[in-house]
Amino acid sequence: MSSAIRIEQVSKRFGSVQALDGVELEIAQGEFFGLLGPNGAGKTTLISALAGLVRPDSGRLRVMGKDVQADYRAARRQLGVVPQELVFDPFFSVRESLQIQSGYFGIADNEAWIDEILENLGLTSKADANMRMLSGGMKRRVLVAQALVHRPPVIVLDEPTAGVDVELRQTLWAFIRRLNQAGHTIVLTTHYLEEAEMLCNRIAMLKAGRIVALDTTGNLLRRFSTHSLRLRTDRKMPAELLAGGTESGGWWSLPFDTFDQVEGLLARVRTAGCGISDLEIGKPDLEEVFVRVMQGQQAGQG
Amino acid sequence: MRGGFSTLLYKEVLRFWKVAAQTVAAPVLTALLYLLIFSHVLEGHVKIHGVAYTAFLIPGLVIMSVLQNAFANSSSSLIQSKVTGNIVFVLLPPISYLEFFAAYVLAAVVRGCVVGGGVLLATLWFAPVSFAEPWWILIFAVLGGAILGSLGVIAGIWAEKFDQLAAFQNFLIMPLTFLSGVFYSVHSLPPFWQQLSHWNPIFYMIDGFRHGFFGVSDASPWLSLAVVGSCFAILTVFTLNLLKSGYKLRA
Repeated sequence: MSSAIRIEQVSKRFGSVQALDGVELEIAQGEFFGLLGPNGAGKTTLISALAGLVRPDSGRLRVMGKDVQADYRAARRQLGVVPQELVFDPFFSVRESLQIQSGYFGIADNEAWIDEILENLGLTSKADANMRMLSGGMKRRVLVAQALVHRPPVIVLDEPTAGVDVELRQTLWAFIRRLNQAGHTIVLTTHYLEEAEMLCNRIAMLKAGRIVALDTTGNLLRRFSTHSLRLRTDRKMPAELLAGGTESGGWWSLPFDTFDQVEGLLARVRTAGCGISDLEIGKPDLEEVFVRVMQGQQAGQG
Repeated sequence: MRGGFSTLLYKEVLRFWKVAAQTVAAPVLTALLYLLIFSHVLEGHVKIHGVAYTAFLIPGLVIMSVLQNAFANSSSSLIQSKVTGNIVFVLLPPISYLEFFAAYVLAAVVRGCVVGGGVLLATLWFAPVSFAEPWWILIFAVLGGAILGSLGVIAGIWAEKFDQLAAFQNFLIMPLTFLSGVFYSVHSLPPFWQQLSHWNPIFYMIDGFRHGFFGVSDASPWLSLAVVGSCFAILTVFTLNLLKSGYKLRA
């Protein structure tokens, strides 16, 4: 079985900016994959190269085993892309847009599937509305629908929830999850780290055109983020207790590896004579991983 | 709809047809105004090739409308798609650059011929017009529309802003079409301008087209066909290479 996506040594330079620098990445069929990184890290360039919108200076990309340059027709049939920009064609209705998009992929009669997508994205009542009349959230849904008209096995979503309300986010993720369970490979870029943490089984982090971390979500969390004991105290804590800890907004954060250590930490706080006014246990989160990786701690490839 | 080419052609035709008041009716009205004004001033004073001025003017206005609207169709569609970003809808599917070219150019020819047909219908009432050799009419309308449609593709891809496209249209396309014998026979020009006109390919489109109506023209229709055909061949090769290279469409 070929990989859903195989990216080999892909580099791309725009003028003085090295947008992609020897990117190597393989995504298996059926994965829910997250592509994270700050603005300008190369996420959109990488997706554009995959979609044939950007031609890499070197390296090759394949979608379901099809080369995106040499065998572009086959490769593009395997791929559905939801672009980041909220684009639409003001001349057409929602249904017309989807019919036209189907035709581009050589699908003559696609009404049953179009109806199903519209239903799943909550667009049925807007089917005959002109694109201009739709709200931003609705336009975003149509973009997702357009990416799905040809039933691509690999679906790439470039920041699909940027500036989108909570309800749409949930509808969208429920639908994308169902597609993933039905066997579609999903690749997602997002700024919302909690979304990636919740949805993706594997994550790559990009920085300045390079992959700086690549692992399962669970491993990344374990490797780069720890549990911590978070406390508010009535007086300043002694220095020796704070080794490895941090303070922010009146909360002291003391990292620990296993829950057995919590008792010892609390005992030391009490011995130091500090009264505890509030307490919670902080769980590992992707934001912390992200910040550490972007600050330059190489996560390696695992 | 089946396949990239036919769908893209259908979409391009539907696009201008949905705003037909602006894309069809308006240019027909403009041509009609030219006819009313020029025939009012010149009818009875001027005869060209033995044809009354109004009758002479009608085919000129028709082919001018074909050419200008063919250019407008492909260029404005592309610049709009680029500026709004919806060009990705045609770049993501498996559409080859050949299909892309053929669809945009053919849609431009359709728009040109629809407007040209409208101008002909609207102006026929003003003067007796014959259709001496109708094949020439069809050939020069289609080839002329295709040439301007290709130029529209090039301009639409090259331009990054609407004003750049407007410059292309106002400073190149408009003067070339106006100064190519729509309103006069180039034989009536002073020798220098007459010579210069023979270097303007649009002159041959208009002259050959008009030959189809009256059976007489400044140049032989076969010469016009050779010039216009060669222009189309050169432009096709150029535009296809531009599209193949991904210039301003695929980074």
